[in-house]
Amino acid sequence: MTSEMALMTLLTIITAATPLVYAAIGELVVEKSGVLNLGVEGMMLSGAVCGFAVINLSGNEWLGILAGIGAGMLLALIFGVLCLTLQASQVATGLALTLFGVGLSALLGQPLVGVAYDGLPSLPIPYLSDIPVVGSLLFNHDILVYGSILLVLSVSLFLYRTRAGLVLRAVGDSHDAAHALGYRVILVRYLATLFGGGCAGLAGAYLSLAYSPMWVENMTAGRGWIALALVVFATWRPGRLLFGAYLFGTINIMQLHGQAWGFEVPSQIMSMLPYLATILVLVLISADRSKIRRNAPACIGKPFHPTH
Amino acid sequence: MRLIRRASPAQSMIYLAPIFALVATFVAGSVLFGLLGVPVLDALYAFFIEPVSTLYGLAELGVKAAPLILIGCALAIGFRANVWNIGAEGQLVVGAICGSAVALWLYEVERWFVLPLMMLAGLAGGMLWAAIPALLRTRFNANEILTSLMLTYVAGLLLSYLVHGPMRDPDGFNFPESRLFHAAATLPIILDGTRLHLGFPVALAFILGVWIMLSRTVLGFELKVMGQAPRAARFAGYRESTVVWFCLLLGGAVAGLAGLFEVSGPIGQLLPTVSPGYGFTAIIVAFLGRLHPVGVVFAGLLMALSYLGGESAQIALNLPTAVTGVFQGMLLFFLLAADVLILYRISFSRAGAASTSGNQAS
Repeated sequence: MTSEMALMTLLTIITAATPLVYAAIGELVVEKSGVLNLGVEGMMLSGAVCGFAVINLSGNEWLGILAGIGAGMLLALIFGVLCLTLQASQVATGLALTLFGVGLSALLGQPLVGVAYDGLPSLPIPYLSDIPVVGSLLFNHDILVYGSILLVLSVSLFLYRTRAGLVLRAVGDSHDAAHALGYRVILVRYLATLFGGGCAGLAGAYLSLAYSPMWVENMTAGRGWIALALVVFATWRPGRLLFGAYLFGTINIMQLHGQAWGFEVPSQIMSMLPYLATILVLVLISADRSKIRRNAPACIGKPFHPTH
Repeated sequence: MRLIRRASPAQSMIYLAPIFALVATFVAGSVLFGLLGVPVLDALYAFFIEPVSTLYGLAELGVKAAPLILIGCALAIGFRANVWNIGAEGQLVVGAICGSAVALWLYEVERWFVLPLMMLAGLAGGMLWAAIPALLRTRFNANEILTSLMLTYVAGLLLSYLVHGPMRDPDGFNFPESRLFHAAATLPIILDGTRLHLGFPVALAFILGVWIMLSRTVLGFELKVMGQAPRAARFAGYRESTVVWFCLLLGGAVAGLAGLFEVSGPIGQLLPTVSPGYGFTAIIVAFLGRLHPVGVVFAGLLMALSYLGGESAQIALNLPTAVTGVFQGMLLFFLLAADVLILYRISFSRAGAASTSGNQAS
C-alpha cells in the first residue's frame, strides 16, 4: 500500500468519523442533562433530507447547513414537548421519533433521489495546508470537519469549566437537588435537547452534503444508533467520544477498502463490521457496571416531577 | 396550562386515548394530504375505506395483520416487563432465512413434514437471534435496544448475502432470489380465492394463549410486577434475568415464525426484502394496543389497514408509499401525547394547585 493510498485512507477516515462526532457529542450533552434521546437516527435523517433539499433549492451552503440543524431541532422540540412537558416515556417517544423521522424523510426526499450535488467546498487553511503530508491530511477539509473538532472542544470546556455546564451536569445527576437550589430543570433539559437535535441534524446534513453528496432513503444506515452506543463507550466524556468516533470511522472505512486491500470477503459481510463492532464495544464497556454507575448521569431517563 | 397529577389513573382515558390519537392523526393526515396537493376526501377514502371494501381486501387485511398481531403481542409482553426488544425485524429475517434454508434443503422432498419442520426452523432461528441480546444484557449489562437493533442491520446484510450467493436460484437468471417453494413447503390458504393463510388463526390462538398466561399464571404476574415495580419484584425473588430471557426468546420465536409465514405464504420464496418493516410497526401496534393482547388485535388490524391504504393511495392518487410510515409515526406520537391524560389532568386556572388534594407527585 503506497503512501498515497494511506493518505487517502486517513482522509476518508476523518470524513467518515465526522457525522458520528456531531451526533454523539450532541447526544452526550442531552444525556448529561438527564434525558435519553433515542430519536437521533430520525433527527439525522431529517437533517440530511432538509439540508440537501435547501441546498438544491438555494445553492447556498450555509442555508443548507442551517436547514439541517433546524430540521433536527424541530424534531427535538417535538421530543421535548412530549417528554419534558407531557411526561411521556422517553424510550417510547424516542422510538416514535425515529420511525416518524424515517418516514418523513423518505416522503420529503422522494423528489430528490438522483439529484446531483458537488459537495461542500473544502477550505484549506492558508499556510498550514502547505505543510507536506500533514498539511493536506489535517488542514484541507470542508468547514464542517473543522467545526466538529471545535465543537467537541467547546462542549468539553462548557461542561467542565463553566458554571452553566455545572448546572447542566447537576440537572442530569440529581434533578431534585438542582430544582431545590432553584435551577430550572425543565428549561435546561429543553435547551440540551434542542442542542442535541441540532447536532444530530447537522450530522445528517454532513452526510448528504459532504460525505456522499446525494439523497438516498435511509442513508444514515444506523449511524444514529451507533452514536448512541458511542456515548456509552465514551462513558459520557467528550475526549473519549472523539477517540471512539474516529475508531468507528476507521471501521467504516475498512469495510469500503477491504476488498481493495485484498480481503476476499463478500461485501455484505464486510458491511456488518460497524454494527458488530458497536455490539462489541457496548459489551466491553457495559460489563464494567461500577464504571457505568460512576460515569452515567444518575437521573438519565427519569422523568422530572416538580413538587411544590 | 398546568398538569395536575390525578389521584389514580383515569380508567376511561385508557380506552379513549387511542381514539383521541386516531382522530388527531386523521386531522394531521388531512393537513398532510392538503399540503401534498391531493384531494383530501379522495385520499382518506383511498386510505381507509377502499382497501376493505371487498372480501379480497378483508383477506389482505388478515394477511398483513397476522405478523403484526403475532409480533406486537410478544413485544407487548416484553415492554410490560421493561424488556425492549427493538430488533424484532432482524429476528423475523433470520427466522425467514432458517425456514427457507429447510425448504431449499428439502427441495426434492414433498412430504407432509416439510412445513412443520420449516416452522420449527423459523422459531429456532428467531429465538437464536434474540438470544444474543438476551445474553448480552444478562451477562454484560449491555442495553438490549442497541444490541438488538445492531443485529437487525446485520440480519438484513446476511439476507442480502444469502440471496445474492449461496441461496440464489441456479435457474433464476442471476436474480437475487431463491427458488420458489414447492407445494409442500407453502402455507395452506384458509379462504379460497384470497391469500389469507394459516398465519392468521395462529396469531389469534397466540393472543388467546398470552391472555390466559398474563391473567391466570404466576409468570404473567411476575412480568407485570417486573415492569411496574422492579424493586418489589426483586424483594419477591423474581429474577430479572429469567424475565429478560423469557421476553426476548418469546419475541424472537414469534418474530421468526412470522418471518417464516411471510416467505412460505404470500411471498413463496426468499427475497432481498421479506418484510415491509413489520418488526418496527409491531412496536407501534404494541403501544396502540395498550400492551394488552386484545388491544393488540385491534391495533394490528388498524396498522394493517394503514399498509393497505398506503398501497391503494399510491395506485389511486400517486401518493408515495412513504406516507404510510409518516402516518404510523404520527399515530404513535399522538398516542403518547394523549396518554398524558391518563395520569394527569390539564388545568387552565392560574391559582396554585397546592390546595387540591391528590396533586402531590410522589
